[in-house]
Amino acid sequence: MQNKYDVLIIGGGPGGAMAGKAVADAGLSCCIIEKRPAIGAPVRCAEGVGSEISDYIDLDPKWVSSTIEGALLVAPDGQTLELNPKMAGNEVGYVLDRKIFDRELVWNAANAGCDVFVKSRASSAIMKDGKVCGAVIETGGKTVEVYADVVIAADGVESKFARWCGIDTTVPFAELETCVQYLMTDIDIDSGQNAFYLGREVAPEGYIWIFSKGNRTANVGIGISGKMCKEGKRPKDYLDAFVAKHFPQGKIIELMPGGVSVCKPLACTVADGLIIVGDAARLSDPITGGGIINAIYTGKLAGEVAAECIASGDCSKKALMKYDTIWRSSKMGKSLARNYQVKEIFIKLEDEKLNSIVKSVSTLDMETFDTKHLLIKLVKYNPWLLKEIVTLKHLLE
Amino acid sequence: MLIIKREVCGYCGACVSVCPEGALELVDAYLTVDPETCLDCGICSKICPLGALEVKNAE
Ligand SMILES: Cc1cc2nc3c(=O)[nH]c(=O)nc-3n(C[C@H](O)[C@H](O)[C@H](O)COP(=O)(O)OP(=O)(O)OC[C@H]3O[C@@H](n4cnc5c(N)ncnc54)[C@H](O)[C@@H]3O)c2cc1C
Ligand code: SF4
Ligand code: SF4
Repeated sequence: MQNKYDVLIIGGGPGGAMAGKAVADAGLSCCIIEKRPAIGAPVRCAEGVGSEISDYIDLDPKWVSSTIEGALLVAPDGQTLELNPKMAGNEVGYVLDRKIFDRELVWNAANAGCDVFVKSRASSAIMKDGKVCGAVIETGGKTVEVYADVVIAADGVESKFARWCGIDTTVPFAELETCVQYLMTDIDIDSGQNAFYLGREVAPEGYIWIFSKGNRTANVGIGISGKMCKEGKRPKDYLDAFVAKHFPQGKIIELMPGGVSVCKPLACTVADGLIIVGDAARLSDPITGGGIINAIYTGKLAGEVAAECIASGDCSKKALMKYDTIWRSSKMGKSLARNYQVKEIFIKLEDEKLNSIVKSVSTLDMETFDTKHLLIKLVKYNPWLLKEIVTLKHLLE
Repeated sequence: MLIIKREVCGYCGACVSVCPEGALELVDAYLTVDPETCLDCGICSKICPLGALEVKNAE
């Protein structure tokens, strides 16, 4: 490990890996430090992504556990709504294998020239006159100081690095989806379809997912609002009840707890010498909890902007602000803002209303597979939604 | 005082993200609390997916 790089990246998830590759591709020196001993493990993710991931990265078939051709929504009363692509058989998304995916993204960064150190943890920020200048790193029993012109905080849901730089990254507990997931095998599932179970009894202010990992195997998990979590009613309690009912014979080969933020993004995602990306910037989708693509997009953008600012000799907050402005006005930024408002509406909806929405139509053909287009379709069958929820109309425009 | 039940904790970091004081730190595979900073507010123990945290009143 050198004691000075152009760019230092904290965290080796998809956000950090993409940032490292972008900086190295620009010909600058950079280093990713990852506190875990192995990239991508344990997996803290249901691994589902929409097919639009191909707009951001060349998807290697090795990274894909299953190709998804549709989704099933299950209402609190058990009625179902099937979502199919307009062209039957078209792929609408994938369930990744993140142990392989995350590792290959870091490999790509390393091959481009980025240094990588695992089992190396940032333990504080180095600040000078209010500017972020590097990090203190615990590695192999030693404490070292590493300086950089720009530090990219890609440290995921914990987001401690930005906090050490004086930015409050606390997730309000009601906006933290508290999750447990089992990797289950020997279960009867449709391997081309992902399923979502809704309802106060099933998963209050959240949902249960079954994301296919291929033949008779799936990520079966739950997220509920931190507000609803209490002793005896933790996500694991709900998930165990669900599994006992639906997959009593299934075998659990992995147990994984986790947290996903569904709050608004940080008010500002840069500071002097600092850029914050992915989950650390609170960029997971407030409705689905999905954050892989957002981490990839913002990681790459952060690397590019950092490289530009270094080349022009100005890494002030004002110069790095370009990053913040670009992602906020991007499709992703707009969809995060909209989905936050939509989430606020839908978590208040009673089970009876959810039942009647699902009852209104049993299959939908989707030209575009996302929450906005789904809502537009559902409103068509349920015009009362627009009447009851006045704000919904302008959100869907 | 915040008690961390190491046998229950799955070192996921969810609690770290909600602590208003930044008192929790995940050191790879184990969680630590800084007793100087922790205010015993109980927010982390409320949201832990597995129930690995407990605030015990000092007596
Ligand atoms: C239960 C669950 C299910 C999910 N399901 C989906 C899904 O189906 N689809 C989807 O798109 N998203 C999903 N997500 C969200 C997704 O996992 C994240 O959005 C994504 O991993 C964010 O990438 P990232 O690079 O920002 O952070 P991460 O992937 O979390 O990477 C951060 C890395 O930083 C490291 N790190 C942290 N602190 C330090 C430090 N001080 N020093 C060094 N390294 C450090 C961590 O060890 C970690 O490896 C899910 C999340 C959870 C918890
Ligand atoms: S939220 Fe619970 S399981 Fe996760 S790290 Fe904190 S104490 Fe451990
Ligand atoms: S009890 Fe409160 S202050 Fe202490 S670690 Fe938990 S959330 Fe932080």
